Amino acid sequence: MVTVSPQSTRRTVLLAFTLSAFGLVACGKKTESSSEPAAAVSAATPEAAKKGGDLTVGFIYVGPKDDYGYNQAHAEGAKFVASMPGVKIREEEKVPESMEVQKTMESMINLDNAKLLFPTSFGYFDPHILKLADKYKDTTFLHCGGLYTEGKHPANVGSYFGYIDEAQYVAGVVAGLTTKTGKLGFIAAKPIPQVLRNVNAFTLGARSVNPKATTKVIFTGDWALPVKEAEAANSLADQGVDVLTSHVDSPKVVVETAERRGIFSSGYHASQAALAPKGYLTGAEWNWAKVYEDYVNKVKAGEKWDHLVRGGFKEGYIKMSPYGTPVSDEAKKKADEAKAGLTAGTLIIFKGPLKDNKGKEIIPAGKELGQRDIELEKMDYLVEGVEGSTS
Amino acid sequence: MESVSTSTLATEPVPIRERAWLSPLLGVLDSLLIPAASLVASLAVFALFILITGNPPFEVLSEMYRGAFGTWFSFQNTLLRAAPLMLTGLCTALPARLGLIIIGGEGAMVVGGVAAAATGVALTDSPPYVVLGAMMLAAMLVGGLWIGLAGALKVFRGVNETISSLLLAYLGIALLNHLVEGPLKDPESLNKPSTRHIGEANMLGNLPGLDVHYGLLFGLMACVGAWLLMDHSVFGFSGRIVGGNSRAARLSGLGVPKLVILTCGLAGAAAGLAGMVEVAAVHGKANASLMTGYGYTGILVAFLARQHPLGVIAVAVLLGGIGASGGLLQRQFELPDATVSVLQGIIFVVLLVGESFRGKWKLSRLLGSPA
Repeated sequence: MVTVSPQSTRRTVLLAFTLSAFGLVACGKKTESSSEPAAAVSAATPEAAKKGGDLTVGFIYVGPKDDYGYNQAHAEGAKFVASMPGVKIREEEKVPESMEVQKTMESMINLDNAKLLFPTSFGYFDPHILKLADKYKDTTFLHCGGLYTEGKHPANVGSYFGYIDEAQYVAGVVAGLTTKTGKLGFIAAKPIPQVLRNVNAFTLGARSVNPKATTKVIFTGDWALPVKEAEAANSLADQGVDVLTSHVDSPKVVVETAERRGIFSSGYHASQAALAPKGYLTGAEWNWAKVYEDYVNKVKAGEKWDHLVRGGFKEGYIKMSPYGTPVSDEAKKKADEAKAGLTAGTLIIFKGPLKDNKGKEIIPAGKELGQRDIELEKMDYLVEGVEGSTS
Repeated sequence: MESVSTSTLATEPVPIRERAWLSPLLGVLDSLLIPAASLVASLAVFALFILITGNPPFEVLSEMYRGAFGTWFSFQNTLLRAAPLMLTGLCTALPARLGLIIIGGEGAMVVGGVAAAATGVALTDSPPYVVLGAMMLAAMLVGGLWIGLAGALKVFRGVNETISSLLLAYLGIALLNHLVEGPLKDPESLNKPSTRHIGEANMLGNLPGLDVHYGLLFGLMACVGAWLLMDHSVFGFSGRIVGGNSRAARLSGLGVPKLVILTCGLAGAAAGLAGMVEVAAVHGKANASLMTGYGYTGILVAFLARQHPLGVIAVAVLLGGIGASGGLLQRQFELPDATVSVLQGIIFVVLLVGESFRGKWKLSRLLGSPA
């Protein structure tokens, strides 16, 4: 009759991962004129270094840190930080995006003496991190999501993010060459820009090698709805889809359901290969260890750190899951080529002529929207080849 | 055999009469005996659980104490977490007096929060006290309507209020998502759809001298008010009659539908107010972060408090403390987050078992028995 179930009640998770348009303007300016000692770069608090003791780094997750998804990807980065010399980590999982996270941050600062915090959920930034950063100026707050705006946000705050649509494009190439029915399935949480960008990149990747391939997309409405995700996965399998991928907090259910139905799956956030030894093709993964290592080293040494960092394959912020057994040599070759092109910057995912799935022209022929183009941050369409609707 | 029982019967009433002045005090102590004993027993079971996980139970418990009550920072952390639970606890506790089990406090809280945000945004340029007053009113009205609806369905259509309030909670959450992603969406909130901000000047601040927002004061006032209403007014007395036997209440001329709907409305208003506090004191806007789970935890609070409005305060502080210490357990002992849920579950079960001893164990009897 009465249950208090954190699973069903927990605060939904926003993990989306982009820039506000302002953030991008600020950072675009900065990276392009990196010679100028911008105010956007500031000295880390040298306190920890001065004391000579270990630097205590706090990691906060919105869900369980073994969720095979968003939180696990961050926890894997945290594990790497724990292995660094002179660093101690403190972790707290399932912290909702409310007063709780403010108190967790304060508790880490007051009781654990943490000098560097990584509150990893998208929704932690405003108002929680901003409020605490004003109060604890000696502590460095680094947030995942790229929401930092120079001049507007406190100097002890930074933000990082990755262009994981590159990895989804490569996964799309693999899916496009593996599918037998030509029907791909994408289970997504919400029709927000970052998610749409992944759906579109995956589809464009698939259609670059298999022009007949289509992607059926289902929006579940929230970040962690395991039952709906399973229903969506089954319904897509019933419709003849034979490769499933997703953008939800934890792709666990989607990958497991695909395996049970005997179809292929492609992962997201972290590797779900262990859940689907037969059908797992590859997956778009974060590589937060790289981002965290850079930041921790700089903060520890009291060096300046960037307020806004971002990257894709080239910067090492994202990676692919190792190819699974069903992936053919041809698919591996094409995928590796795509990855090399994206790493070198010669392959552009969003370029004209590009139509949306209602036939309207989105990008005219001859125009290219590069990885860092602000326009991509406002994406509100599904490209041709996607079956589904944003509203 | 026979003689023993008669002698007990004969001797028992005497000491109570002798200690007549003590009886009100004993009555209060009696009602606390079982919860206190249950709490101690729960901690013992929990300590065993900790031992099984391979951790030192006493250190874990003392660390929990430090995280919940041990320092001024910890205590304020506890109070801050307790504040919304007092309000959502009332959402279940008030109707329970009438024999209704309402579990949809989360929905009332969420729609209350949305109503508050919409009102705050609409009035953003008015003086702060006008904005806050209107937000409060809107949140309580809409929250009250939400649970009042469950009450009305019960009295007029015979719909089970437990199910309907839970379903209404799902509807409320869907409504929140629809509104913040549609009509009320701030176009600048790209990846986290939200309403516009109510304005920094209109935010509800902290209580003077504390790092705890006004939600705590609202919670305390609501609980005390609910206690006066339910235990010391004709309205509350009538309500308890309905809870005892609703047909008898109807026969004795009480307006049962009115009592049920009003009480449910008040319950929903309390949860709606909790939503308003989340918007006005924490987020400044409504978005998916309003789904805190406080509404569901409120059910636990109400049951642990035995539906007593003052008990709700104590239990909210206790659960707030457990929540506040949970983080420290994760960080110091690397115990999973679920540890805290385990403790909550143990307390709940032990208390239910303990309740079965109510009336059998009495201080008045223990003290009054012949020496």
